[in-house]
Amino acid sequence: MSVLLVLLIVFGIGIVGFFIGRQRASARETGEVKVHSRAYYHGWWVFLVSVLPAVLFIVLWSAGSSIYLERSAQASLPAQTAESAVASRGLALSMVRGIATGLDRLDAQELQNLPQSYADLRSLLGSKGVALASEGQDYMVPIAERWHSQAATARTIGAGLAIALAVAGVIFGLSGIHPRARARNNVERIVLWGLLAASTIAILTTVGIIFSMLFQTINFFSVVSPWNFFFGTVWDPRFADAGSGGSQGQFGLIPLLAGTLYIAFVAMLFAVPVGLFAAIYMAEYATPKVRATVKPLLEILAGIPTIVYGFFALVTVGPFLRDLSAAISGGGGFIMAQSVLTAGLVMGIMLIPFVSSLSDDIITAVPRAMRDGSLGLGATRSETIKRVILPAALPGIVGALLLTASRAIGETMIVVLAAGVAARLTVNPFEAMTTITVKIVNQLTGDLEFNSPQTLVAFALGITLFFLTLAMNIFALYIVRKYREQYE
Amino acid sequence: MTDATFNSNVAAVGRPVRRDIGIKRRYAAERRFRFYGVAAIAVGIFFLFALLFSVISNGYTAFWQTTIELPVKLDEKLIDPSNQRATNPNVLLTANYPLLVRNALAEKLGVSTTDRPAMRDLSKFVSDGVRNQLREMVVANPSLIGTTQTIPVLAGADIDSAFKGQINLDVDEANRKVSNRQVAWMKELADEGVMRQKFNTGLFTYGASSRPETAGLGVALVGSLYMMLIVLVLSLPIGVAASIYLEEYAKKSRLTDIIEVNINNLAAVPSIVFGLLGLAVFINLVGLPRSASLVGGLVLTLMTLPTVIIATRAALRAVPPSIRSAALGIGASKTQMVFHHVLPLAAPGILTGTIIGLAQALGETAPLLLIGMVAFVVGYPTTPMDPATALPVQIYMWANEAERAFVERTSGAIIVLLLFLAVMNIAAIILRRRFERRW
Repeated sequence: MSVLLVLLIVFGIGIVGFFIGRQRASARETGEVKVHSRAYYHGWWVFLVSVLPAVLFIVLWSAGSSIYLERSAQASLPAQTAESAVASRGLALSMVRGIATGLDRLDAQELQNLPQSYADLRSLLGSKGVALASEGQDYMVPIAERWHSQAATARTIGAGLAIALAVAGVIFGLSGIHPRARARNNVERIVLWGLLAASTIAILTTVGIIFSMLFQTINFFSVVSPWNFFFGTVWDPRFADAGSGGSQGQFGLIPLLAGTLYIAFVAMLFAVPVGLFAAIYMAEYATPKVRATVKPLLEILAGIPTIVYGFFALVTVGPFLRDLSAAISGGGGFIMAQSVLTAGLVMGIMLIPFVSSLSDDIITAVPRAMRDGSLGLGATRSETIKRVILPAALPGIVGALLLTASRAIGETMIVVLAAGVAARLTVNPFEAMTTITVKIVNQLTGDLEFNSPQTLVAFALGITLFFLTLAMNIFALYIVRKYREQYE
Repeated sequence: MTDATFNSNVAAVGRPVRRDIGIKRRYAAERRFRFYGVAAIAVGIFFLFALLFSVISNGYTAFWQTTIELPVKLDEKLIDPSNQRATNPNVLLTANYPLLVRNALAEKLGVSTTDRPAMRDLSKFVSDGVRNQLREMVVANPSLIGTTQTIPVLAGADIDSAFKGQINLDVDEANRKVSNRQVAWMKELADEGVMRQKFNTGLFTYGASSRPETAGLGVALVGSLYMMLIVLVLSLPIGVAASIYLEEYAKKSRLTDIIEVNINNLAAVPSIVFGLLGLAVFINLVGLPRSASLVGGLVLTLMTLPTVIIATRAALRAVPPSIRSAALGIGASKTQMVFHHVLPLAAPGILTGTIIGLAQALGETAPLLLIGMVAFVVGYPTTPMDPATALPVQIYMWANEAERAFVERTSGAIIVLLLFLAVMNIAAIILRRRFERRW
């Protein structure tokens, strides 16, 4: 029985319990005793008491049984694996798992007379649409078979226990129904726990991000030294051959970091003046009517997916800049179609609405009295803005710019399509450079072997990126918050 | 307003009395400053229109496709020469169907089948997709063999481009993708009314293909739909529950402070990091399949949660305390007060936030690349566990293809994506205008 079916059955039992419970509770409302809770609270209580433990049990059981099965299969792998064709125990285990999962597709008849040689089994499973690796060994077949049958047994036992638990829950819930029972308080307590659990998901996500990347990064640093990663100036990861360990590549962060910061710098160079002046105009000069049309128009730019910007850079901006440079130099163009300039310019367009709407909020938050004071002394509007409003808003604007910069550093799709893949150190903005995010995508798309440094380096890059942007965000939020308090 | 007073003051004081020598310079600076502002806005709006123009001008033609209505003789000699289809059904699967179409075309245009260069041009005239089209037709109904059927066949990608006028025919014949002969045929068929442009339903129904004319968004649309459903089903209840706890129940404590800071930070974490999380946790640890829309939906849910939570909290905060006091005053418990009174009043705001979050998730690409959504999927996924792609990922994959016809398809797909986003955002705006209450 599949897990989904068991879940459905459990929910069915719970729903039946709800109706019985409600019906019983309303039957007891005779008017002699003042009832404590409305009838449907009793129904909900029966539902929760039967479904919650059963669902919890299903989750624990399936996690526990799969860990147990994997352990026992690992223990039964023969010791000669080290010398055989398959390089690592981890790889052998994953092949056995592949076979065991594939056996699900066979019917009882075929499972009875299962071919004992790997090649026969592979062709049999291949005809069912299960693709297996070619270098499997015969010894894997019995292990996979046992794994498969044990998994089936575990599933059946788990399903039986879960359903029994659900039924027991219904009986327990029904037995507690009487007019003075505090069903509402019980249900509300569970609801409160549910709300609390939902709000901790945000924390769990952060913890999950940090730990998942940290573990893989530690694995990576056991092959490549942190010194070579953080201070290496050559990025040349090579390809991962199965079993070679792939440690001959060079994983230098510096060229990627330089490319990331350079492109973000070019983007900010374009977005900050445009966004800031747009914000100043909208906050200080524009009539409400102009503001009401221009602000949404600029905000459309923020709603366009980044892949669209990437495509725009690839087919329009890149070729345009290349042809323009060719026309200027009257021969071969000096700007490459994929370049720091292309990526930076298009990323800058994307960032305009971020800069303008964040700065707009901050400029309008400057108290009216400061403006009036300056204007009353005879300053022009631009003088008021330059000498009074901007200095007052400066910390907030710096915070907003930091937030924008962190977005520029973490941006992926534009640079994947417009910046190029060549990792090199250059100061020429007309040439291609690459970024951390591009390399994460490069290392993790396509077929991958999980334990090679070529794959693991993506997590080291990811955690670098995460902490880089985290530091900027925290600093920016701190500045913005502190500034906001100043005028409140 | 202030401008007007300035100007009238200047007029009243009059020229000779004015002592401030620098006023001209200062007003010039004022005008310059103002001009910078206008210029900045103009630059922003210019790029918005440049982007939309670039996409639309490249892509609107993708919604039409050149087809040729062709009477094809399903010749038994060519499909099943030794008449073994009753015993060996594979014959029908491996027959040379493109040859049938080529012959039919040759007959139509009066080309001799022995003229090899002309036949080569002819074979590029129609899409290779006819192989599947005819095979499915014949396998489904073998009694068609021997008859002549009028079949709409797709033109080849280059012919399609040429027919839409996207290939410059003034270029020397050797340097362009269609030959003069093909152009002449095109004219002939078009004059006859056999060859014409039809609405491109294939763009919305086909799966992945290496030929642009038979590549479509079908699988991507289904994949995106699954993901949006998963995001909606998970992020709305979890987000609302979390916001209710933080806004209505939580006392200011260290834990709630940490949760607050966390949510704000999560909203600013680069999206690609969520892809790494999905790869490490959902695929590697839990063992869910790669390329599955389930994993994509889970990753996008985690990304969308902060947006939903921030919007929901704002909506809950906008419900005035008097509602809460009134509910508590007539004897509702705190949970009843929240769920029966506050939540319904905040619902429009919550829905608006959720739609905007969904729109963000629909356009998100980077995390999906890492969990293997970059896949060549031909068949429709039937469950969220099957391999699928997503709309933005399909755009990314097509953007990497070199052919001119794929640029058209990519832009067409972007138009589809932008239309979806526009509809969602407009729905959010209407919802807000219509139901938002100002207290």
